[in-house]
Amino acid sequence: MKTGRTLLVALAVIVAGILLAKLRVNPYFYFAGYVILQYIVIATAWNILGGYAGYVNFGTPAFFAMGAYTAVFLIRSVHAPLPVLIVAGGLVAALLGLGIGYLTLRLRGTFFSIATLALAVVLQTAIINWEYVGGSRGLSVIRPSGPPFGNYVVFLFTVMGGLAVVSVLVARFIERSWIGRGLAALRDNEEAAECMGVPTLKLKLFATTVSGFFLGVAGAPFPYYVTFVEPNSAFALDYAVNALAMPMIGGTTSWVGPVIGAVLLGTASQLATVTISSEMNLFIVGVVLVAFVVLAPEGILGLVRKLRGR
Amino acid sequence: MFSWDLLANAVVAGLLIGGFYAAVSLGVGLIFGLLDIANIAQPAFVILGSYAAYVLNNSYGLDPILTGLLLTPVFYLLGAAVYRVYYTSFERRGEESLRGLVFFFGILFIIEVSLSIIFGVDYRLIQTWYGSRSIEFAGVGVAFRYLVPFVVGVAMTLALHLFLGRTFYGRAIMAVSQDRLALRLMGANPVQIKTIAFGVGIAAASLAGALLISIAPVIPSTDRDYIGRMFAITVLGGMGSIGGTLVAGIVLGIAESLMATFFGPSWSLAVSFGILLLALAVRPAGLFGR
Repeated sequence: MKTGRTLLVALAVIVAGILLAKLRVNPYFYFAGYVILQYIVIATAWNILGGYAGYVNFGTPAFFAMGAYTAVFLIRSVHAPLPVLIVAGGLVAALLGLGIGYLTLRLRGTFFSIATLALAVVLQTAIINWEYVGGSRGLSVIRPSGPPFGNYVVFLFTVMGGLAVVSVLVARFIERSWIGRGLAALRDNEEAAECMGVPTLKLKLFATTVSGFFLGVAGAPFPYYVTFVEPNSAFALDYAVNALAMPMIGGTTSWVGPVIGAVLLGTASQLATVTISSEMNLFIVGVVLVAFVVLAPEGILGLVRKLRGR
Repeated sequence: MFSWDLLANAVVAGLLIGGFYAAVSLGVGLIFGLLDIANIAQPAFVILGSYAAYVLNNSYGLDPILTGLLLTPVFYLLGAAVYRVYYTSFERRGEESLRGLVFFFGILFIIEVSLSIIFGVDYRLIQTWYGSRSIEFAGVGVAFRYLVPFVVGVAMTLALHLFLGRTFYGRAIMAVSQDRLALRLMGANPVQIKTIAFGVGIAAASLAGALLISIAPVIPSTDRDYIGRMFAITVLGGMGSIGGTLVAGIVLGIAESLMATFFGPSWSLAVSFGILLLALAVRPAGLFGR
């Protein structure tokens, strides 16, 4: 019954998005809204691995860029339509996720995190040296003409809204199933979980793959959104820090946390970028992240829980 | 396009840059290798050292190595303060692993963004009187620009080695890395010892940063190029083995130099990560593991 209600809410969000598209709203709204929705997908995906399983991934840009560059490759080679780009981008990033999943066999804790950071730099080097997708100079991407409705940015906004709903539903499902309980067990104590018969390797591989998939999915529409893809923007450290900060601010143990964090921090970032400067905005993100980790380690959800408890 | 001349030059250049890499990595060796604190913000402190040297050089014309030395007490205090925050917020609560990592990542990000707000994203470099000189041995050119940081790097390694092995506080740091409880039973305060060690690690970043900006131009995001190198060197060197750090730095320097000479400079960054992944997968204890 509860799942039914969530589905209804999801449907309502999509319908509201299309209605918004019909209304005459400032086009910038969609442009900024797309970024916030994209961050809901990214934060939710990061949290499946980082929040549920406790493996901190600093390599978010690598997965995001895998999605984006898979899309660039498919646009250039076969002019693939957007749904194909999204699925393909997700699958390539999922494969990368599976790869780092096997790394967890040897690397735990800090070493895993450093390895993911390493992965991002190595992949960026590879892309810089790959001329077909633009190399270091980047590549212009022409949007297909005639989107199904509205203009193309409105269309992308709606698509990203749908992806955000799907990713949140998947995260919620994982959290409430035995998979989520198993991941929580290995987060708290991996050896103990293994001893109790929790299939830790399978669960970790599942978490890295699903997390990677949705990070890639978030990146796949990126070429059409920016229309000019170059390594520095696709591999921006902003993704790594936001992917981390948003769940940390919202709360990592529940699917609501990343959504709250992404909406709050995403909105604040957009406002700060417009009113002050994009660098000041990043500075604020960094300070907010450190402040939350130090002062409110359980995030906003933890604060709410504390208030209710009293 | 292979020639022995090219190879010899690449190896010598790699050897020299390796000494500098060791200087950059000593802080991580101390903080991560010995204290087991995942300070991934270390490269940002190095870049902070570069900019501090740049400012002093620009306004007073001071030599970068001199400013790097002069600023070590300031960086020491900065490091001690950061450790105190880290200790009260994470270590005491036993939450150091996940949230501590995020904490340092946030610090790295804040330093990097602050520097780009203040100084912009233009490349900065300090010109030194020895910067353009070089000597030649049997057809192999040795640039002073690399030779001086190499010598300073080796000297720093030696100094830290002596500090850890010969002085009271140095031995206490070794002790805290081996058995915290036993140290407490001996009547020493592990938190105080770790504060000192962390401060020394950050102070090393001041000097390393000054060397960095006299070798090559620096922008605020240069720190990212060094994260992988630092941790690759620390792991390869055997987590806190100070001599191992120097050897691993030279190994990485030569490997990168060969890669840059024979495959192109854009691939040299991938070398450190390749070595890091390889070392972690094949021999996590490093070359000189305890």
